[in-house]
Amino acid sequence: MTRLLPFPIISFCLLALWLLLNQAITFGHILLGCLVALVGGRILTILELPPVRVRRAGIILRLLRMVVMDIVRSNLAVGRIVLGFGRRQRRSGFVEIPLDMRDPYGLASLAYIITSTPGTLWVNFDAQRGALTIHVLDLVDEEEWIRTIKDRYERHLLEIFE
Amino acid sequence: MNGIQHLPPWAAVLTAVFLLTGAAVTLIGSLGLLRLGTFYERVHAPTLGTTLGTVFIAAASMVYFSVLQTRPVLHEILIIVLGIVTTPIALTVLVGAAHFRDTAERAQLGKPAGRVQPHARVPGDAPTGKAG
Repeated sequence: MTRLLPFPIISFCLLALWLLLNQAITFGHILLGCLVALVGGRILTILELPPVRVRRAGIILRLLRMVVMDIVRSNLAVGRIVLGFGRRQRRSGFVEIPLDMRDPYGLASLAYIITSTPGTLWVNFDAQRGALTIHVLDLVDEEEWIRTIKDRYERHLLEIFE
Repeated sequence: MNGIQHLPPWAAVLTAVFLLTGAAVTLIGSLGLLRLGTFYERVHAPTLGTTLGTVFIAAASMVYFSVLQTRPVLHEILIIVLGIVTTPIALTVLVGAAHFRDTAERAQLGKPAGRVQPHARVPGDAPTGKAG
């Protein structure tokens, strides 16, 4: 399993990608897709990535649903800011968040979630202190952002990866 | 397959609504790039287009071609997934570069070195804010 398929998830995604691109589920395409998946997985071993340990896959779906809802909500919020509705004094700024997470895949997922959500940006992570700096477009309460990131995202990611 | 006149009205309306919504969201995101004040603020805006904007436009395409070809056309999902996966990487690198420059410039100006205290430069986001 590990020799033939070092990255089973990525290999499966490559197969799905191949079938979607060709828009056909025929024997020939499945065979070709498997070849792409196997070769792609083997090529990735050159990068010598640390192994992924996904502990509780069920939480991924819950996290995904939460992220999608947050992205929709912040899309509306940022759109309102850009169009200039509700012209109160808006302040943007940096928030420093102490993180307990050290797993590189967990941190990468968090960076991805924070940056793809309009309104928050991943700026810097100090690995020695475990301090994450994010930029928030509409900063009202720093404590609330720290709670949001830690309770909503980090807790779930910790459960998934560590 | 060959033309909009074969499209039933409900599909045409759905396609139009999705397409216009996606275009509007993307436009607002691009407008934000223009209207927001500082570099760090501006990086927030394009994510509107790459998240909801792309989703709506791809959904319009999926509805249109699925109905016309009377079979599910789903490969637009790849555009959504790959677009959503790759954009944050570019944005994170951009912001990281700006942050690095800010830190280096402040160190050059003789401000106290050591720990970065980003809270300290909230008003105006100087100096990158002006140049960015």
